[in-house]
Amino acid sequence: MAFDFELPIIELEEKVEELKKYATKNKIDLSKEITFLEKKIDVKRTEIYSNLTPWQQVEIARFIERPTTLEYIDAIFDDFTEFFGDRYYGDDKAIVGGIASFNGQPVTVIGHQRGMSTKENIERNFGMPHPEGYRKALRLMKQAEKFNRPIICFIDTKGAYPGKEAEERGQSEAIAKNLVDMAGLSVPIISIVIGEGGSGGALALGVCDKLYMLENSTYSVISPEGAASILFKDGSLKEIAAESLKITGQDLYDLEIADGLIKEPLGGAHHDKPFVFNETKAIIEQGLKELAKIKKEDLVDARFDKYMKIGDFVE
Amino acid sequence: MVIDLFYKLNRKRTKLDKKGIDTGDKPIMTKCPSCKKMLYTKELEKSVYVCPNCDYHFPVTSQERMKVLFDEGTEIRLFDTITSRNPLDFPNYMSKLEKDKEIADLNEAVRVGHGKIDGVDVVIATMDTRIRMGSMGSAVGEILARAFNYATEKKLPVIVFTASGGARMQEGILSLMQMAKVSVAIERHSNAGLLYIAYMTHPTTGGVSASFASVGDINLAEKGALIGFAGRRVIEETIREKLPDDFQTAEFLLEHGQLDRVVNRKEMRITLSNILKLHCNGVKVDGV
Ligand SMILES: [Zn+2]
Repeated sequence: MAFDFELPIIELEEKVEELKKYATKNKIDLSKEITFLEKKIDVKRTEIYSNLTPWQQVEIARFIERPTTLEYIDAIFDDFTEFFGDRYYGDDKAIVGGIASFNGQPVTVIGHQRGMSTKENIERNFGMPHPEGYRKALRLMKQAEKFNRPIICFIDTKGAYPGKEAEERGQSEAIAKNLVDMAGLSVPIISIVIGEGGSGGALALGVCDKLYMLENSTYSVISPEGAASILFKDGSLKEIAAESLKITGQDLYDLEIADGLIKEPLGGAHHDKPFVFNETKAIIEQGLKELAKIKKEDLVDARFDKYMKIGDFVE
Repeated sequence: MVIDLFYKLNRKRTKLDKKGIDTGDKPIMTKCPSCKKMLYTKELEKSVYVCPNCDYHFPVTSQERMKVLFDEGTEIRLFDTITSRNPLDFPNYMSKLEKDKEIADLNEAVRVGHGKIDGVDVVIATMDTRIRMGSMGSAVGEILARAFNYATEKKLPVIVFTASGGARMQEGILSLMQMAKVSVAIERHSNAGLLYIAYMTHPTTGGVSASFASVGDINLAEKGALIGFAGRRVIEETIREKLPDDFQTAEFLLEHGQLDRVVNRKEMRITLSNILKLHCNGVKVDGV
């Protein structure tokens, strides 16, 4: 599967394949031509992938083959033991969580979980949580606080699920309570946007001491499609909306919302997952080290100061 | 219908003096859009814009609401010079905002005052939908966070009347982050053992519903108010089914255990006064 903007690369790749077949079949040496074309592919690839538009990054961030929370957990942590349920209503498979070891240190890991196939996506409600998902997350965070474990959250959701039962069971309250209670947790919290960070449903795992984003991940108050139809009254203007809203990792870093960016291979994380896991592990290490310097009793104050600074207004 | 419109137009012209006292002229009669009865505007004002005939709750401005809440002459306005910028250079944002500001005679979609209700000191923040649908951008977030911080410092209870379409999209991620910012201020206020009453009014939706509106020590809602996270149309499109008429009303939320009480606006002041008294100086502690 390829994105539209990758078509020029694919066309060239197909040409190379054709040449190779032709050369073998007719027993002639086309290696010069092939090398030339392969170089051209490299140039084209760099050109396209280094100049991704915000909308193209949205497409990459949502890509089904992009690594998901459980893959990060599996690659970066040891002895992950998943825990289920919110103790009130049920278990929401759109959010996973549990305890694990990070370089030998016990931590609590929580994240939105998309499916890696259409079938799994249906089971996991496309990573769009119900209130019980947020309540499970909060339960695990409180558990982490009791046992003095840092919390690592992976953000990857279109948003909280807009459904009838979600409203009846208090979607607003579930998200709101996470925001307030995360503000007061006495253990370090690191949140990492790995795919799409969709509005309040993302923020409910995102009140933290360090916010990191993958280069091609996005974090936005509304989807570009939603913004296009509401603000521009034209859903087809999603590409312009994606640009105007300033939603990419680099945008958030420039706005001083994200504390660090995680490098991705050319074309996106799915092209080299081990590379991305390594980069992510490195930044978690660095973050935990920096946060370990803050005294436990000062951590909540530091978080308070971090959020008080966010905003742009005149007085 | 015509009279209704006339009333609205007239309200736009209404100007307030420095103390927030209404100096404009209003039509003598106002028609209730629900029961169609002609009502004396003066009488309507006295009943805080609740129809004496059918109990319909007219929309009220933040000024009108604050006027009936505080004991006369006790209100100190706070943070009223803070207003929005255009951090993402969003087209037409500032011009639209300026128009709204003029109509509402406010600098932002929330108005804060420190005053007394029946002698009890309290900080009240009231959102106003006339400014960008009451949406929350950096300025609204800053004003609310400061209101909580002010109350924390002075050991005061806070009441927030929410009325909002949600986050202010024109400010992108900065508006989303205001949900966290206000929450962090609420946490500190709560941790100091202070009372926060969230009072949801029509409409309270999106990011405002999913943050400070839903985390009061006591969550109240005004009769008939629309309250919800996702918009009705979005939900109907997602689940491909029609929602019941009362979906996301204050009464619906009460039925589903999401609210402490639904309050008729006529009982707004007495309800708040009672709660405040039971939390603050009405209950004698330490032999005071
Ligand atoms: Zn009536």
